[in-house]
Amino acid sequence: MHYLLKKFCTLIITLFIVSLLAFCAFQLIGDPTTSMLGTNATPEQVEALRHELGFDRPLLVQYGDWLIHFVQGDMGTSYSYNMPVSEMVGSRIMVTFIMTMMAFIMTVVVSIPLGIFAARREGGVFDRIITAFDQIVMSIPPFFIGILLTCVFGLILHVFQPGSFDAVRGHPVAYITYMIFPALSIAIPRIAMTVKMLRSSILEQMGQDYIRTAYSRGLNRDGVLWGHALRNALIPVVTFVAVSVAEMVAGSIVIEQVFSIPGIGRLLLASISSRDIPVVQAIVVILALWVVVVNFIADVLYQYIDPRIRLN
Amino acid sequence: MKKQNIALLLSAAMMVTALSACGGPKSNGSGSDDANTSRADSNEIAVGIAQDLGDSLDPYQMTAAGTREILFNVYEGLYKPTSSGDFAPALAESYAVSEDGLQYTFTIRDGVQFHNGTAMDVDDVVYSFNTCAATTVDSSLAAALSNVVSVEATDEHTVTITLSAPNSDFLAYVASVYIVPDDYTDQATAPVGTGPFMYVSRSVQENIIFDKFDGYWGEAAKVDRVTFKIYEDSSAMMTALNGGAVDIVTHLTVSQTQNLSDQYTVLEGTMNLVQALYLNNAQAPFDDVRVRQALCYAIDKDAILELTADGHGAKLGSSVYPAFTKYFDDSLTDYYTYDPEKAKELLAEAGYANGFSMTITVPSNYTPHVDVAQVLVEQLGAVGITVQLQEVEWNTWLQDVYQGRNFQATVVGFDAATLTANALLQRWTSDSDVNMINFSNAEYDSLIAQANATTDDAARTELYLQAERVLTEQAANVYIQDLADMVVINKNLTGFQFYPLYVLDLSDIAYVN
Repeated sequence: MHYLLKKFCTLIITLFIVSLLAFCAFQLIGDPTTSMLGTNATPEQVEALRHELGFDRPLLVQYGDWLIHFVQGDMGTSYSYNMPVSEMVGSRIMVTFIMTMMAFIMTVVVSIPLGIFAARREGGVFDRIITAFDQIVMSIPPFFIGILLTCVFGLILHVFQPGSFDAVRGHPVAYITYMIFPALSIAIPRIAMTVKMLRSSILEQMGQDYIRTAYSRGLNRDGVLWGHALRNALIPVVTFVAVSVAEMVAGSIVIEQVFSIPGIGRLLLASISSRDIPVVQAIVVILALWVVVVNFIADVLYQYIDPRIRLN
Repeated sequence: MKKQNIALLLSAAMMVTALSACGGPKSNGSGSDDANTSRADSNEIAVGIAQDLGDSLDPYQMTAAGTREILFNVYEGLYKPTSSGDFAPALAESYAVSEDGLQYTFTIRDGVQFHNGTAMDVDDVVYSFNTCAATTVDSSLAAALSNVVSVEATDEHTVTITLSAPNSDFLAYVASVYIVPDDYTDQATAPVGTGPFMYVSRSVQENIIFDKFDGYWGEAAKVDRVTFKIYEDSSAMMTALNGGAVDIVTHLTVSQTQNLSDQYTVLEGTMNLVQALYLNNAQAPFDDVRVRQALCYAIDKDAILELTADGHGAKLGSSVYPAFTKYFDDSLTDYYTYDPEKAKELLAEAGYANGFSMTITVPSNYTPHVDVAQVLVEQLGAVGITVQLQEVEWNTWLQDVYQGRNFQATVVGFDAATLTANALLQRWTSDSDVNMINFSNAEYDSLIAQANATTDDAARTELYLQAERVLTEQAANVYIQDLADMVVINKNLTGFQFYPLYVLDLSDIAYVN
């Protein structure tokens, strides 16, 4: 309970700092009034709009005003779209969440068996193939994988139609088919990294003294690996996967562009360039929340894997 | 080392296979054909657009050219611009002007319905004119409407507008005042007009859907539904096009249209922009007309067109583009012929025999302008001018260059919000709020003022032409071109029309069979 409380306080402080920093950053690059009014507006109109939106107030007053509303659950109205921010962000976040979760599941389901397999047959043919393949895949950026997948599965094999995400909404099968490819683009480099990590982590454990003891008890290599080494080897991997999940959201910004998916990353990018501060603030807070929550889950998992780790 | 080599080889092989499979004309695969046929079956089309409608959809608040372009299908004025540059009766059946040019009487069309089902009447017209005058963000429209003394409904079918001074361009401004219902308040998010298409829904950064309006007063639209799909990323747009996810994409560059499959027809028009190297006339060395002229002689427009667009585009010599047939003076186009020697002489005369250095600020999100600026760096370098290219974000450009006027030179394009010469020329009068380049010329000011006060069309046109000549002779800017505007359209569709304005008219688009 004490631990949860502490985590919660950290969360609040993190969110506060992140949102304040984002707010200050906008102060440096200017407000949205000029682009909202375009090239035909007069300076008086710009000034009037600045006043209407409150940009002529001191920074801290503006921030305080935003904070008070935010705490009350009011994320404000988008300057660009004249829509409630909650409505805009809400519909986008689901898309990014599904894509990230699919990428996460792919990463875990593929990389853990592969990593164990490679470690079991250390130096064998499969280990060598996996390791070599890993090296190649790890160095390809997700957007490039995305372009390749679009070409092969979209334009040549016609498994999905690139750029028609809006048509697959409401059709679960088509939706998942469409989403497999962006998720795969994000997952592939992550899978490669996780395999490499798990393999070396297992091999490191296999060289420890307690493993020698286990062998002396008459266990064979498989028995040692499943019974003793794996559990300990998983701890750094859990950390890595948790960090990956946080980073996948960042990676989705580019992938959403490649696959024309209306997710939170694309919205963030567009809102930054149009200086749509309420939207950016909301997304920044959500992303920070995402990172903190994922780390919290990782912490709980540690304790489960290794009871010696106490959360306090 | 060996392992790395194999890895390198493998990845190279992978890239070559994948990329070669993607390049070149596509054979028509079954998947894309399915999608295209199913859209054709339900009489729908999909249009790819490069930016979301990221501003208000209110007819008087919308600012982005991309928003105005699309909502042209939803809103209408009493008169409507046509593709030939004239005005056709729309919500008014006819109009009459009093002899002194001060009173316009419009006969309002009967039986016009708004998209929300209410009938349009004279009160809506009066309301629209008053609201527009009070709130519009278009400064030239606001200026024109500030001369309106009164807008009155004289009877059930007539609206009389009284001006304080005659304005023979007034009909163009009337066409810009979109008529909206007087009892509807959600225009900013759910627009209601009288046009051939009605707004149905939007999903941020995904799509905007318009349906054919069955209650349209005129000739009904040919397709039942239009879905505008948003692709900010140009390569994602091209992928969507190659995969058959869209039927029409406008504003493409020449190179983008070169590797398309044979399911599409490519049409060429112009962007209706005045692209130039705009010079800050108030700052040394550009306050010296000889320096500005030297720059004009130093650049080779043909080479620019050749290098950036395979020779497509229309060269310009002043602030008017060819689509304004009445006001376009082609003799100004080659007023300054490419002559680097002459440029050097003029520079020497002005005291810059060894050249000087300057900065060109370009909005980084507009590739055509950046491309041209890069060619300019080379061409100006050849006459001894060292150019630094500074790419800035659009918002920064608006603030520093456009409003702050804190720049030396910039490459952008200016368009006309209304079909009037004034929309392009008024800008450069010395007391204009939007005279970004600080151009100040007494002769120019008086020509524009005279033109605005003249009611005789021929005399007025003559004055505008003289004003354009002043811009050229004074080398206010280094005029370059009206960019080529490539349109890609599904070959089963017809009815695409180019307008002298930045609009996309979908009412005539139809499937061939």
